[in-house]
Amino acid sequence: MSEIIRRDPRAEWIARNRLHPLHAALQSQNQTVWIGPNGIVRKNPHAIAAGFIGPAGIKRIDRSGAQQGTGTRRSASVEVQLPLHVVEQPAYYVAVVPDMVGGRLSSHDKDLLGLARRLAGSEGAVLAVVFGEHKESAFDSAGVDRLLLLDGEQYQGYAPEQRVLALRAVDNQFAPRHWLLPDSRTGGGELGRRLAASLGERPATRVWQAEGERCVGRAGAGQQDIQRPLARLILAAAECAEPVSETRHEARPVELAWQVARNLPRIEDLGPVAVDPAQIPMAEAEFILSGGNGVKDWELFHRAASALGATEGASRVAVDDGHMPRSRQVGATGTWVTARVYLAVGISGAIQHLQGIGACDKVVAVNLDPGCDMIKRADLSVIGDSSAILQALIERVAAWRQEGRRDAA
Amino acid sequence: MTDLNIVALVSIGAHPASGRARRAEQDARAVELGLRLAGKRLRVLHAGNPREEALRSYLGMGLDELAVLEQPAGADALPALADYLADAGAQLVLTGSQAETGEGSGMLPFLLAERLGWPLVVGLAEVEKVEDGSAQVLQALPRGQRRRLRVRLPFVASVDSAAPGARQSAFGPARRGRIEAHEVAVVEDPLLAASPLQPARPRPKRLKVIKAKTGAERMKAATAKAAGGTGQVLKDVSPQAGAEAIFKLLLDEGVLR
Repeated sequence: MSEIIRRDPRAEWIARNRLHPLHAALQSQNQTVWIGPNGIVRKNPHAIAAGFIGPAGIKRIDRSGAQQGTGTRRSASVEVQLPLHVVEQPAYYVAVVPDMVGGRLSSHDKDLLGLARRLAGSEGAVLAVVFGEHKESAFDSAGVDRLLLLDGEQYQGYAPEQRVLALRAVDNQFAPRHWLLPDSRTGGGELGRRLAASLGERPATRVWQAEGERCVGRAGAGQQDIQRPLARLILAAAECAEPVSETRHEARPVELAWQVARNLPRIEDLGPVAVDPAQIPMAEAEFILSGGNGVKDWELFHRAASALGATEGASRVAVDDGHMPRSRQVGATGTWVTARVYLAVGISGAIQHLQGIGACDKVVAVNLDPGCDMIKRADLSVIGDSSAILQALIERVAAWRQEGRRDAA
Repeated sequence: MTDLNIVALVSIGAHPASGRARRAEQDARAVELGLRLAGKRLRVLHAGNPREEALRSYLGMGLDELAVLEQPAGADALPALADYLADAGAQLVLTGSQAETGEGSGMLPFLLAERLGWPLVVGLAEVEKVEDGSAQVLQALPRGQRRRLRVRLPFVASVDSAAPGARQSAFGPARRGRIEAHEVAVVEDPLLAASPLQPARPRPKRLKVIKAKTGAERMKAATAKAAGGTGQVLKDVSPQAGAEAIFKLLLDEGVLR
């Protein structure tokens, strides 16, 4: 909905014209002027003085009654449909293997697709290769022309060698002009280097700029740059290009012509290992339970942290009062955290604390004060007593764990 | 401690501030992991200049000798290392994940594994046990997580900053240790000759681009406050209902395990 107020002169004209057949329909419910039973014009001065909101968004009072009938605001719907970019017969492909952390395109993946889109130009097509299940629904606006989904239990878990086999099959079938992978620790860096070793290509790594036939990447420990010809296989750093924003793409599904051979895995995945959340450095913990001045029962807080499997954090007040060690302080003078989920209990949200959680994805607040700054930042806030809510949360998680055990048995 | 035959590959690092030669951070961690696993039997291998002083700081970690495949700067280390390792009878080759000098592409462990035909484990954090020709290891994942893998011997493993920190280097052992140079054939690397290294340019900061069609939209984008305030607020609910809502969010985000 646009905020711009649109006048409808025709509706206004009908409202003024008592003889028009649609006149009655356009009369507002609380009429201000009408003709009484004896033919005398009656006015409701209160309704007139209440006024209406004029075209500029300012309240106007019109005692002549001329502006009636414009009470229903019409506003043009602004469903912006980006132009669709269709590549019917691609001259060549640019293959991208996004990381898909959590099943969605990360910002790094979108930057990479933006770079791929630039390399593909108008003739080529961007081919995205996605392993396993995904939750992404915006492949079209991210710039994917062709989408190859490789799903199957052989790609589940940690199976880099099987994935490289699949990518080699893609290489055989589509012969992409460029391969683009994110140079990240979440899988892309490893997969790309394995693919490079397997294809015998020399990759350009940590590329942060690619223009024309040259690309620039970091070298050594990040103190040097290396400028070289654009390689066939590019491992690009985050923010290597602007993401696609002005076009829509087809994301047309394609399939591999042949079944990928299954190799005997030399590396067997035995599953994730339970890590003591207290041992994880707070700056890189995924899930933090943080307590502040509103926490009265610290014993309960520690129990909640261990029940949830969360790393503990604290606001400055809690640290100053001696409830938590200094190393657990979150905020400008403590640790800047990057958690995906940050559960703040009894923290009102001083600006220094909010700076420290700037990189967090989802913030949940539990607080007594509905007007505090933390609640403005939070994605979900619960107003209430922290002790009762923590207690209920512990019980709920315990019940869920119990259920899971019964299902497994 | 196991009776594995372990070789650690080391390189010369550069101090991040001064740029002076030092032991490379990740390679020192690889040596540390090797020392914990094999003790004095750990063999350490370097390809480069045997007269480099920084090599002695690896000896100072408690090694008696260090083998060096003598090469000029800028030569390709891979063929020499692969030839040496093929005859060395190693069961586990430990490397850092990225060099601190030169191109630093991090490709060496991958190419070495490809050439030797061995499996490769990235981000090795701990070797738990070795039995029946396979090793059970812990792999470090981002955000402090760990994954357990079983991998067939022999294998190559790269070590990143999640591995145990390297011990201090002692001066006396560093002086006493022997550096043994081997003659190898030199293969030039064509890339570094064609594209020289330059001091890193600071990366341009990403600008916030506002794509507005009308003046009103531009004004709105310029004056709008940071997005937020769209969160759901639960007021006057029982603690159980509040806890249920939080629990649902945690479950959807997949942080409960």
